[in-house]
Amino acid sequence: MTTAAVTAPDVVPHAGLAERFDRHAGRLMVLPAVIILLCFAIFPLIISAYLSLSRFALAPGGFTLNFVGLANFRKLLTGSQQYHLLGTFGAFGAVEWILLALGAALILFLFGRYLLSGRATVVGTIGRLITASLAMGLTLLLVATVVAGGVPGTLINTLLYVGIGVTAQFLLGLGLALLCSQAIRGRNFFRVLFFIPLMVTPVGIAYTFRMLADMQKGPFAPLLQAFGIGEWSWATQAWSARLMVLVGDTWQWTPFMFIVLLAAVENQPRDQVEAARIDGANGFQIFRDITWPAIAPIAATIVLIRLIEAFKIIDLPNVLTGGGPGLATESMTLHSFLAWRTQDLGGSAAVGYLLLFVTTIVCVSFFNFVVRPARRHEA
Amino acid sequence: MSDNRSLARRLFEPTSLERQAPATRAITYFLLFIWSLVVLVPLYWVLITSFKNEGAVANGPFYLPFIDFQPTLHAWDFMLLQNNTLGPYLNSVVVALGSTCMALLVGSLAAYALVRIRFRVKLAMVLIFLILLIGVIITVVTFRVPWQIALASAVALFLIALFTLARRMKTALGNSDVEFWIISNRIMPPIVAVLPIYVMFQQLRLLDTQFALIATYTAVNLPIVVWLTRDFFAAIPLDLEESAEIDGASKLRVFFTIALPLVRSGLVATFLLVLILAWNEYLLALFLTNANAQTMPVLVSAQNTTRGPQWWNMSVLIVVMIAPVIIIAAFLQKHIARGLLVGAVKG
Repeated sequence: MTTAAVTAPDVVPHAGLAERFDRHAGRLMVLPAVIILLCFAIFPLIISAYLSLSRFALAPGGFTLNFVGLANFRKLLTGSQQYHLLGTFGAFGAVEWILLALGAALILFLFGRYLLSGRATVVGTIGRLITASLAMGLTLLLVATVVAGGVPGTLINTLLYVGIGVTAQFLLGLGLALLCSQAIRGRNFFRVLFFIPLMVTPVGIAYTFRMLADMQKGPFAPLLQAFGIGEWSWATQAWSARLMVLVGDTWQWTPFMFIVLLAAVENQPRDQVEAARIDGANGFQIFRDITWPAIAPIAATIVLIRLIEAFKIIDLPNVLTGGGPGLATESMTLHSFLAWRTQDLGGSAAVGYLLLFVTTIVCVSFFNFVVRPARRHEA
Repeated sequence: MSDNRSLARRLFEPTSLERQAPATRAITYFLLFIWSLVVLVPLYWVLITSFKNEGAVANGPFYLPFIDFQPTLHAWDFMLLQNNTLGPYLNSVVVALGSTCMALLVGSLAAYALVRIRFRVKLAMVLIFLILLIGVIITVVTFRVPWQIALASAVALFLIALFTLARRMKTALGNSDVEFWIISNRIMPPIVAVLPIYVMFQQLRLLDTQFALIATYTAVNLPIVVWLTRDFFAAIPLDLEESAEIDGASKLRVFFTIALPLVRSGLVATFLLVLILAWNEYLLALFLTNANAQTMPVLVSAQNTTRGPQWWNMSVLIVVMIAPVIIIAAFLQKHIARGLLVGAVKG
């Protein structure tokens, strides 16, 4: 393909086919992967970019596709679909301004510290500017919709799933890994058992949790009725519906954190732990000074992997709540899917692209500012 | 008095270096027990619901088979024998296995080459390639040029550039850049790519076939395979491969006969992980399949639309879907953990 490699200039006369093949073996071995990714990632991405800049309409005998520039994005960010993607903004009071100022101060402080550190480069500054502006925008959005009493849109919903979900999964996974790494009986049993939810298909999890959370026929119904909330329904309240999605997601993905962190904890330097214990260090000190530094790079990496996947969430909200009540549980992927179903192909592609931008900036920032320092610290 | 102190000591102080104090141990077991319940209760509920009939579900929660309610195979009989569940199940098996094998083959070949052979990809050629690709798409879509003509002229232009410009350009991308590009494809949310993929298979008349799903899943899971296997290959010593090459074995032969067998346990882990991802995939299957190639996740989610959720039937589907993967995982979870750990260490 595009590989103009450093081939040896001395061409052997009458090189056989096999020999020729072997000279280009490297390129030929990578070629299938490159072709597949070109067909199923790069090519679709370009087409999607084109779709997001045009208006699709059914016409007699087929369809029409008109180039409309950034109209789809404008509609989503400032126009008629703003409530859907960004949400409805509440009025700003003192609390909101203070929170916003705190967020801005934190971002400015980090940025200023970098500029004054004497290690600032042009590329680094530009990268941090992008990260800082996205962080500022999302803070503003979060304050305006969640704190100020507005209605969060799909962007904030997705961020809530990612932020709260990944944090909960990481903490639970780490806790379980620390418990399971101790010298206890039945370790292997717990290990296999705790791993199982990862295998269950997300669609199945969604239905299972709908069954469990059924207020009349579910297993906890008698308990709920005893508390006098049997008539209440979690599906009609925005935050309880979001919580259900988060519970399902956490049930599935905690095992992923758990198994990797457990393997990491078991790989920590044994002799150091024993020496510390002889010196009388308590469990928390051992964790802070030995275990955590040993597992931090791995922890950062699996959080990154989980972040990448978490942004794609669709199965759980789609089946569990259908995105409702209202659009309280609708993720950006679901938003894009629903737009596609109403034949708004341009809008669908535009939402997909915005998701791609946010995911990329968040994940690249996380890699640069969390994963890399964690690894450097170790080395 | 002294008895009391010794009791307190026995409860709260470690008995030896490895074992903790009984009180700490009790808390540990308690917490592990709680989480075991969190894991087991949903699974148990699905399992017993699959043996209930409509009445046993509708008349309030029943917990214990044979005591609370009379278990029945009615739902199993209905879903497996009368309803067409076998078709989607077979589709799921074929698609998951086929795409996993493809992804593993293509991905490990690429990963091996990226670890062992030095690459230099001219940056200029990548840019020219991308510009030509965008140009082809724009001319086809806006000016209605037949795509065959556009593609042929683009290939010709590219070849001309390859043999003229390429020799002058110095800036090149190395192995780590290519690797990064392949792995970074995983960041892309599938929803961005699925529309064009849908149109593409529609044009090729391959929509709603197992092939379409196998090809798409292969592409989606390829980055994971490259990311994991790269570290396995990097960890094996060079001498074996070198001595084989001196003996005149080709690179491909060295790969299949020496390198692949050496990373067997890592391949098992990768295989399982990718298999599970393909087995549970929902969004792409939703777009690309209809009646013929429908997979299990789509079938499960479709249960909702007809006459409201029939929990007993749905539970049967969920049980048959998760049973095989749970059995596989129970036997091989150590492999998966080790495989992921290797990947996470190197990143």
